[in-house]
Amino acid sequence: MISKRMIQEFKEICGSEFVSSDKANRILHSYDATRKQFLPDIVVHPADARAVSRIMTLAHHHRIPVYPRGSGTGFTGGALPVCGGIVMGMSRMNRILDIDQENLVAVVEPGVVTGDFQKAVEALGLFYPPDPASLKVSSLGGNVAECAGGPRCVKYGVTKDYVIGLEVVTPTGDRIETGGTTMKGVVGYDLTKLFCGSEGTLAVITKIILKLLPKPQAKKTMLVVFDAIDGAAKAVSAIIREKIIPATLEFMDGRTLDCLRQTAGLSMPQAARAALIIEVDGDREFLDKQTQRILTVIESLGVLENRVANTFEESEEIWKIRRAVSPSLRKLGPDKYNEDICVPRARLPEMIRRIEKIADLYNLPIVNFGHAGDGNIHVNIIADKSDAEQKIKAAHAIEALFRATIELGGTMSGEHGVGIMKAPYLSLELSTESIRYMKILKKALDPHNILNPGKIFPDAACPPPGEME
Amino acid sequence: MKDLKQYREWFQACVKCGACRATCPVFKAENQEGGVARGKIALAQAMMDGQLFAEDGLIHDLSQCLLCGSCTHLCPNQVPTPDIVAAARMEVAQKNGLSGLGRGVAALLTHKKAMDWMSKSGDLASRLLCRQIPETSGLRLRFPLPGIPRTRTFPKPSFKPFLKREIRQTPSRSTSPKVLFFTGCGINYLYPEIGEYLVRILNFMGIHVTLTDEQVCCGLPALSAGAGEAVETLAGKNLKALKIHAFDYVLTACASCHGTLAGIYPALGPDYQPFAQKTRDIMDFLMDMDLAGRLSSIPRSEARVKVTYHDPCHLRNYGLTRAPRQILSALPQVDYVEMADAATCCGLGGTFSVHHYETSQKIGTQKAKHVAQSGAKIVATACPGCIIQLQDSLNRKNIPARAAHLLELACQALPIK
Ligand code: SF4
Ligand code: SF4
Repeated sequence: MISKRMIQEFKEICGSEFVSSDKANRILHSYDATRKQFLPDIVVHPADARAVSRIMTLAHHHRIPVYPRGSGTGFTGGALPVCGGIVMGMSRMNRILDIDQENLVAVVEPGVVTGDFQKAVEALGLFYPPDPASLKVSSLGGNVAECAGGPRCVKYGVTKDYVIGLEVVTPTGDRIETGGTTMKGVVGYDLTKLFCGSEGTLAVITKIILKLLPKPQAKKTMLVVFDAIDGAAKAVSAIIREKIIPATLEFMDGRTLDCLRQTAGLSMPQAARAALIIEVDGDREFLDKQTQRILTVIESLGVLENRVANTFEESEEIWKIRRAVSPSLRKLGPDKYNEDICVPRARLPEMIRRIEKIADLYNLPIVNFGHAGDGNIHVNIIADKSDAEQKIKAAHAIEALFRATIELGGTMSGEHGVGIMKAPYLSLELSTESIRYMKILKKALDPHNILNPGKIFPDAACPPPGEME
Repeated sequence: MKDLKQYREWFQACVKCGACRATCPVFKAENQEGGVARGKIALAQAMMDGQLFAEDGLIHDLSQCLLCGSCTHLCPNQVPTPDIVAAARMEVAQKNGLSGLGRGVAALLTHKKAMDWMSKSGDLASRLLCRQIPETSGLRLRFPLPGIPRTRTFPKPSFKPFLKREIRQTPSRSTSPKVLFFTGCGINYLYPEIGEYLVRILNFMGIHVTLTDEQVCCGLPALSAGAGEAVETLAGKNLKALKIHAFDYVLTACASCHGTLAGIYPALGPDYQPFAQKTRDIMDFLMDMDLAGRLSSIPRSEARVKVTYHDPCHLRNYGLTRAPRQILSALPQVDYVEMADAATCCGLGGTFSVHHYETSQKIGTQKAKHVAQSGAKIVATACPGCIIQLQDSLNRKNIPARAAHLLELACQALPIK
């Protein structure tokens, strides 16, 4: 419980209508896309970095857990208040402070919605590439905290490749700035990169400086259907060997196609066992040539069919197929476990075969699709969570999946982070020593373990109850 | 009516992805989780599980819903949030009793005589504006304005409801389908001329329209207020009034009525099903009767006016988005332009604008801006509720455009005496 006096102080900091311990409001800030629920004790919505700093100072002093929250769309529970305490919603800090067209740099507050920001810069002929699937609703603060990726990463990189500076509030309440507005900068440790992807456990992000690119003039989309997963995987390597890096290189495996065929009425040859959606972007005059070159190098790799979009509408038709995947999975079973493993590009076919074996072994449907260009596969294990036996099987399947991934030199999360969902498996991938160093870092920045506690580390605990009057 | 427990599996289907944050007009205006579908579903579920009681915060958040279905439309799992919110409101009403407002709606709407009397007794809209009609009146709810300054613009009131008027008609051709017109309160009491346009157009096409004064409110305002019993009473009266007539179709020219008849009534029992299946929106019906073909045979006029279209939620949710546009494009006096976000809710939403007039205004203003950007002089739509809200929003922003029902434009174009 949080004392009346503290509630009063929070009200002074945020304004009384932005502090609430009403049950309904606590429920509204208790969940995210993991569908797990943990009730906070109180919800606060600070208006600026100064308010964030005062809240952190108080929380540090009284040892109360603080959970920063963007849009609450994470897949690993990064925003879940697993130890109760304070949920700090960042939605009021949602201004784009500056778009500097000369230096190609923008300064934003963390609550800006990614898609809104992209629209704003694109209106000026600029480009912010990271495109997580949730971009229409996810916040830039959340994207930085989780280091979000997306289909365009194969060519353009992930969120942290665009963050060149931050203003953060540390768990002890200090406000610090990292990096800056220059493209280069090597003075001191690179704290910017440390905080990117720290899942809100090391600092609260209050301002973000982002690098921008000129907007590519045009893009061209194509759909290529293969008779085997190997053909699709070889195609990915062949394209890259040809020195073409498409803006996106999405793949769908045979089970995904079956699923789309059954539930979304997709018409595709029965023999289809994989498909790639390839999109190239850049100057209009080069695109046709590039498309042609791609089609030539993959020709002999078991291509059953290809469709090149010539208009925006035709390109949308292709993307519609990709977007139909997630909703259609629901028809295979009530629940799915969505993992986002990543392996070196060249190991993709082997990984898919391993996954197929796991599916057979545990007798659970597993559907794979994702970003073939960077080896990032969304592995969807379909199971009924209300069935105890299936739940256990799914847990075994997930562990087997992670082990296989790591054996092939991959990582168990390309985009979603660890949070609470992957914490139990952390030591499969990281050595005891590296975990120990990570903990040293955490302890140095957050001595009382109050910022987003209970995350990442398998033995992450809640802070002992502090001074609660 | 279905109670909350019957939505249990839908609570599971909401995967808390938050995609509705991009589509819910209330969330976009207020930026609070309590406004969005995901939040309301979580609260409704907590209430069903006995974790949350009908307390203030919950009631406030549940009231923040336009029942517009924008969320369902783009939800990966098509979770029917409007139905869930309606059921949750009913549950609150059962536990706490209906709010003053809800009681008023239930009492008034189920008594048609009272509605007719109010309409007759003079300047309805200005009475509403001057707050001479008691807080509890259902008309306040349908066309709500608590504490709203005189600046809110209203349609000129009708002294004689449509169904009390003497409507002269020509007989049907023998091959024509038999149609019955479900008028709805908006047309009956506030825009009777829309009813007249409908009859004239159909007569012109050789179709006689059955009109019955026995019909009552469709029940959407009552549903929106959580007055489940009133919905059932109203639906029962309508069923009784309509089933004595022979008809192939029940036509509506109000998107909300269409949504209620086609979408809500079927859950009330098997008697309602054939009735719901025969319910057709007038534009959809006119397309089938090849109105577009007839219109395009009329030479295009020299002086054309730019017109855009606003999708009423309760047509969009049924996929009825093409017919109105096809008709508009075929109109000889019209240059049709599409505006940005044509399919976003106008922000009226039943009881919503009573409780949240400011939010409703914010949503309306956004809409008005899109109309202005399109350059249209007329924004056509197919629902009296939307017309009120659109016109009010345009006036408040001083945008020189007006809102009109599509039927008005179609009637203008046809060589009808
Ligand atoms: S209502 Fe639909 S869109 Fe909204 S969170 Fe639930 S599943 Fe996602
Ligand atoms: S019905 Fe409309 S207002 Fe209600 S939650 Fe859905 S989108 Fe929002």
